[in-house]
Amino acid sequence: MSSHLNPLLHVENLSVDFEVGRKSLFSKPKLLHAITDVSFNLMPGETLGIVGESGCGKSTLGRAILNLVKISGGKVVLDGVDLGALSETELRKSRKDMQMIFQDPLASLNPRLNIKQIISEPLEIFFKELSKADIEKRVLEMMDVVGLSRSYINRYPHEFSGGQCQRIGIARAMIVRPKLLICDEAVSALDVSIQAQIVNLLMDLQKEFKTSIIFISHNLSVVRHISHRILVLYLGRMAELAEFSELYNHAHHPYTRALISAVPTPDPKISKEKKSTILMGDIPSPINPPSGCPFRTRCPKAQDLCAQVRPEFKDHGSNHFVACHFPD
Amino acid sequence: MENIPQGRSLWADARKRLFSNRAAFVALIVLSMITILSIFGPLLSPHAFDSIDWDFVGSPPNFEKGFPFGTDAVGRDLFVRTMYGARISLMVAVVASLVSLIIGVTYGSISGFIGGRTDSYMMRFVDVFYSLPFMFFVILLMVFFGRKIYLVFLAIGAVEWLDMARIVRGQTLSLKRKEFVEAAVAGGLTKWQIIRKHIIPNTLGSVAVFLTLTVPKVILLESFLSFLGLGIQEPMTSWGVLISEGADQMETAWWSLLFPATFLATTLFCFNYIGDGLRDALDPKDR
Repeated sequence: MSSHLNPLLHVENLSVDFEVGRKSLFSKPKLLHAITDVSFNLMPGETLGIVGESGCGKSTLGRAILNLVKISGGKVVLDGVDLGALSETELRKSRKDMQMIFQDPLASLNPRLNIKQIISEPLEIFFKELSKADIEKRVLEMMDVVGLSRSYINRYPHEFSGGQCQRIGIARAMIVRPKLLICDEAVSALDVSIQAQIVNLLMDLQKEFKTSIIFISHNLSVVRHISHRILVLYLGRMAELAEFSELYNHAHHPYTRALISAVPTPDPKISKEKKSTILMGDIPSPINPPSGCPFRTRCPKAQDLCAQVRPEFKDHGSNHFVACHFPD
Repeated sequence: MENIPQGRSLWADARKRLFSNRAAFVALIVLSMITILSIFGPLLSPHAFDSIDWDFVGSPPNFEKGFPFGTDAVGRDLFVRTMYGARISLMVAVVASLVSLIIGVTYGSISGFIGGRTDSYMMRFVDVFYSLPFMFFVILLMVFFGRKIYLVFLAIGAVEWLDMARIVRGQTLSLKRKEFVEAAVAGGLTKWQIIRKHIIPNTLGSVAVFLTLTVPKVILLESFLSFLGLGIQEPMTSWGVLISEGADQMETAWWSLLFPATFLATTLFCFNYIGDGLRDALDPKDR
């Protein structure tokens, strides 16, 4: 990805806090820091994978970029437009350029609408000038693109399998030709063989429509198929960001190393020889995060410094960013 | 593009299941027959609902003279009066239920979808309405505005929508966290479009069930009001009025209680069976 181009998406110091556990009307609510100080750029046509374990804020980050949750700090700039500065109506209009694919394929489709109504919905909102025949034509074309038989057009979501439902979800997102597509665990609810089909479909669509994709997953082995760069999140903060092969071969952050070593290997010989690092303990509470480096409570290399000073997120050469005092 | 198979919508599925439920199907037919009879029945009789036949005061059923249900204490034909009562009772039921449906669904879905402080205020308003004593409210209305039939509709509608609003709000709260609602937000729909297209259609299952259970409640409520003398005014009548009069003289004129009471009970039975059938038909766990 050439860096002299203007980025499609610019995320700067993005933070999202949720109020939790307000005990009475007058007590101060506690804040859950779901996302803290996340910054990155996304180029046109690039895929950024976001990985991390459950509860690290991956999904919240995706929703925050789309302004589906309230942002507490920082900004999201899509194509030169600061989304936070838009009015509600302007924001609604700009949603044409950013679409999302959801984790649960069936739950993301309204059970009372048929496939045609589901896929055409964003078209009817964003392209009001289209005639009914044009809309139907585009819906049918989109169904061809995502590999759904045209004869399914009048069917309802409960008549489809998970993989087909996800294709419907992809068709709904792609029919407005968004510049940015956010896939929130888009394949984790599917069978392994279907996962590969959907990932390949997304890659084909990306080539065809030049869409930028943010691919959120807890599964590194899926992410590595589709992503150009990978961002590792830990407790709502950025741990490491690098090109995929760089990250895979020269991970600096102990957390990333643990994640990579947890990816299952198909060959039992290799996996016996492979030294795997297994992380002990649970992810700390984002309501009350550890001082200094958030990972220090589980880090094999933690020292006094880690508890006192939060490591900066800085470049270690060749666009490889790490937040660690003692990188490998 | 010929031969595109039609999908089975959830409604088509539910309809099929409802019709294959024997009790609900019979109830549906009986109810339609009562409705048709109440509309066309009076045309079959030579008597008007308010005409008094002095030769047949308090007569038992007499088919030769055209009094199949007998006459009441002042010599009016009970068959025609029962049919007029059916009209009023069913009309109250339908109108009051529709009022509760429209207000309740709109109010509940808006309150639930917007949430937060608006939701709290809207629901506290419902709580305030709940705490008004119903009879006191009706008596006040009657005292101030006189005994008019539409006041009965108004009074019942004003009370019944509260339950509906609560039910719809509860449904909306669980629906608005669903991913398809998030997808609709991402698809650029306005709040009102989302409520109309994605929230309300998905609450209609439980709403339909609740509605069929509201209808008998409303009929009973109207009968109760009329029984107390707060409802329909003479010479117009309703099942409640007829039963009230029949109960006064049931020891001497059994027919004046039996026929209206049978009709009322059958109708209530039918609605309850349909409600049961609908609940089973719309329950997705069956699938």
